[in-house]
Amino acid sequence: MSSEVHTRFNRELHSFPGGLELKTHKELTNSKESLRTPLPDKIILPLQQHIGSPSEPIVKKGDIVLKGQKIAQASGYISVPVHASTSGKILDIGTCQSIHIKSEQVPCIIIEPDGEDAWFELEPVTDYLSIDPEILQRLIYEAGIVGMGGAGFPAHVKLNEGTATAIDTLIINGVECEPYISCDDRIIREKADYIVSGTRMLQHAIQAEHCVIAVEEDMPEAFEALNALIDDDIELVTVPARYPAGGEKQLIKVLTGKEVPAGGLPIHIGIVMHNVGTAAAAFRAVTRGEPLLSRYVTVSGNVEDPRNLQVLLGTPVEHCLEQVGYHRRDDEAVIMGGPMMGKYIHDISMPVVKTTNSILVTSGFNRSREKPCIGCGDCVDVCPAKLLPQELFAYARAKDYEEVRALHLFDCIECGCCAYVCPSNIPLVKYYREAKTDIAIYEKKQAGYEHARHRFEARSERLDRIENRVDDRFDKIKTLSTDQDPVEEDKQSYIRAAVERMKQKKNKKKD
Amino acid sequence: MFGVLIIFLLALISGFLISRSAQMTLQQDKFEAILSALPQTQCGKCNYSGCRPYAEAIVRGEADINQCPPGGEATIKTIAKLLGRQIKPLNPENGLEKDKHIALIDETLCIGCVKCIKACPVDAILGAAKQMHSVLAEECTGCELCVAPCPMDCISMQAVTG
Amino acid sequence: MSYIDKISSPYIHSLTSINEVMRQVIFALVPGIIVTTWFLGWGVLVHCVLAVCFALAFEAIMLTLRKRPLQDFMYDGSAIITGLLFALTITPFAPWWVSLSGICFAIVVAKHLYGGLGYNIFNPAMAGYAFVLICFPVELNYWPIINGDNGIIESLKIIFIGLPHEGLDSLSGATPLAFTKSQLNGMVMLSEFSSGPLFGSLGGKGWEWIGLAFLAGGVWLMIKGIIKWQIPLIFIFILFALSLIFHGHDPERYASSMFNLFTGGTLLAAFFIATDPVTASATPRGKIIYAAGIGLLTYIIRTWGGYPDGIAFAVLIMNAAVPFIDNVTRPDVFGKVKS
Repeated sequence: MSSEVHTRFNRELHSFPGGLELKTHKELTNSKESLRTPLPDKIILPLQQHIGSPSEPIVKKGDIVLKGQKIAQASGYISVPVHASTSGKILDIGTCQSIHIKSEQVPCIIIEPDGEDAWFELEPVTDYLSIDPEILQRLIYEAGIVGMGGAGFPAHVKLNEGTATAIDTLIINGVECEPYISCDDRIIREKADYIVSGTRMLQHAIQAEHCVIAVEEDMPEAFEALNALIDDDIELVTVPARYPAGGEKQLIKVLTGKEVPAGGLPIHIGIVMHNVGTAAAAFRAVTRGEPLLSRYVTVSGNVEDPRNLQVLLGTPVEHCLEQVGYHRRDDEAVIMGGPMMGKYIHDISMPVVKTTNSILVTSGFNRSREKPCIGCGDCVDVCPAKLLPQELFAYARAKDYEEVRALHLFDCIECGCCAYVCPSNIPLVKYYREAKTDIAIYEKKQAGYEHARHRFEARSERLDRIENRVDDRFDKIKTLSTDQDPVEEDKQSYIRAAVERMKQKKNKKKD
Repeated sequence: MFGVLIIFLLALISGFLISRSAQMTLQQDKFEAILSALPQTQCGKCNYSGCRPYAEAIVRGEADINQCPPGGEATIKTIAKLLGRQIKPLNPENGLEKDKHIALIDETLCIGCVKCIKACPVDAILGAAKQMHSVLAEECTGCELCVAPCPMDCISMQAVTG
Repeated sequence: MSYIDKISSPYIHSLTSINEVMRQVIFALVPGIIVTTWFLGWGVLVHCVLAVCFALAFEAIMLTLRKRPLQDFMYDGSAIITGLLFALTITPFAPWWVSLSGICFAIVVAKHLYGGLGYNIFNPAMAGYAFVLICFPVELNYWPIINGDNGIIESLKIIFIGLPHEGLDSLSGATPLAFTKSQLNGMVMLSEFSSGPLFGSLGGKGWEWIGLAFLAGGVWLMIKGIIKWQIPLIFIFILFALSLIFHGHDPERYASSMFNLFTGGTLLAAFFIATDPVTASATPRGKIIYAAGIGLLTYIIRTWGGYPDGIAFAVLIMNAAVPFIDNVTRPDVFGKVKS
């Protein structure tokens, strides 16, 4: 692909710091047509497939549901609903094992498909370019759309915040930088019309001034597919293949030269970014009324027929692996995601969720023993966030969380570049994740302490006030008029005695 | 010989000054920070009547930094760092560091005497005289001050998960 | 599979390892070792073997005492490199017990007592050399004559049996650096002695070839990416620039830049000693300051200090400054808000 074509709008491309040139292995899967996986025996839908608060079920065990019917509602602003991926009966509403952490249980809804795949009523909207942007946001929210690039951030939040601020550029991210994964490549090639129209729709939804679709330079067919459909309203850009060029902050730097403020969001510099899959899903949701029910998943690695699949959400990973000829071997690991940022799957009966972009079967993962850090500085050279991984490692291990924060731990995107190059085989990303979790727990505890302190101080103050009021009452009684009739006298002495008793009781309690 | 004596004296004096300065300066300024590092349970396990008196005692140099079991290792570390002192393990005489527990009232036994309500330093027990008493789980800090006053012995500490 | 819970992304690795890095460094030292042996005699090789054996022995002892896995650490090559660098900096005529005590100090004190590989602050080879230089100044002052009678039998005799000092006197001579220093201190003009038998075309006779051999090895390491350009280039540049300035000011009283580069341990230090990753600065800007500091201190000690070659002390002093340098040269994080 010649470099002149991609800068049709004369956009100057920059480079981001660090990064790695990795072997992509995408040729294993990117030239094959994607396959639709058949209905599995069970559909397991975790209630939290997104960043934010988990959804709340609105069905109960035994209910019959239709395809696309809402079965869990959003709980709060940063939350989305969950829909039934196919028609069937609600088998159970309970917990299933978390895909990532062996010991954790996550709430989920389990559906037993009835094989009919019968749709719920759909309400498509055709005038998506002229209706009120707020209505578009509502529709996207109702459809349960989240970031499909892997992060899972509710799409409507980005759009909503987008209309509140003036947005300069909408970027549609087709830069698939992680090795093995080609689901974005395939969805562009197969559904380019959805993506281009979806881009236009999203641009309307946030009223962005400019609109860019970015793909990697090793995706020429995807480029052509999009090029054929765009007009001058959308800028199509190719960026050099370098990991992690597809990371939000890195891609923004490449396309605009601007750096998202440390600890901030792209919206703070007037940019909103969505994955190509998200754009396609949003378009489908609005114009066909179909909520997010399936996605493209790359199944690759040590399998017979590595390829992309169109998978219904909630399909067990096992089922997907069967489609491509997987044989269980002792030495192997199944990973959800890519080889650099994916999560190890403990139990392959667990489901594909909204953020699953790939399932990898890998045998050759690194198991060498961890040696001490020799301070070679290779990790500093490759970090795309310009952090100091070796210092972060030293302080994270010492659990010195103040220093770790000062070193901008929370700007780490966990891309894995540092651990990849470390000659001592230190699992750096693991230490950072642990430190982040520990800090989050610590800060929650601190907030609890502050809260308890306020309550205690408020209570002490209240008790002091009561004590003062009682003292005032004593004083007031003492200054009552002295000439009293006998009845009054009795009353007074009775009151005085009662007050004395109360005072004594109070003093006894003070000790 | 004379030179050696001078250097020796200089070393003695500076060493003494350094050791004193660590104690003299900054203790007062650090009071707020030390108080914030304490878990505010007001449980009294440190042998002081609350977190504020304990913090004051630390600043005065009367109390050691390792007497707070609810704060545990994290608190000791924070205070040690603030004062430039050595981190030491929690003093077992004050108690052991445990996972968070919160109080639970067995409602079948409760007689509504309000003794526990008055004991709770953060008003985490809901109730009134002759009315049912109930612990507000989000407010309970696990200080255990309510357990002893209960005449019916109906308050137990339950472990919190997650 | 008990390591399952310890598994974390990334699941692929560039397959570099400490052992590989150390191996490359040893390969890069070989040309220098050969050339040094050629000019300074077999003593160099004998000391290399001795030092490496002592280093491995002490490493094994310390690892056992500290209950660390021998398998992992013995063969990572770091002890071998310490031994080689030490052997290349001391005189080939030094007795065997100089090697023993120097390596003992280097491995036991400078490396393991500070925490072992990755935790030591001071460069072990340089710490060992400084130790023997201060404890045994006389033994370290006898340098062989270039291309003199330094046969294997002679060298072995000197190292293991030892010669009385008169015998050594006849066999040895001063190094070009030492000679230059003593002449300049005696107010002899540079031009009067700089064409003497000790001096070659670039620097000291013989020493210039040694320097070139280490330069070649060092450049190869830089190309391979094993060491980074900042330290060698900045160190050489500062030393070169300082000597250029002073030599330009008074060519008779200050040695030239080429002389400073191609004599003594300059090029060995530039590529192999100052670049030791554990003891050098970690941040890119810090490396520049670190290397500049070494260059500056080396020039000062060579010109005005008490020792003919000040590299060892320069390195050790800058090692002590590294934690501070690292602290003040942290790179700006991506997206730092410019205030």
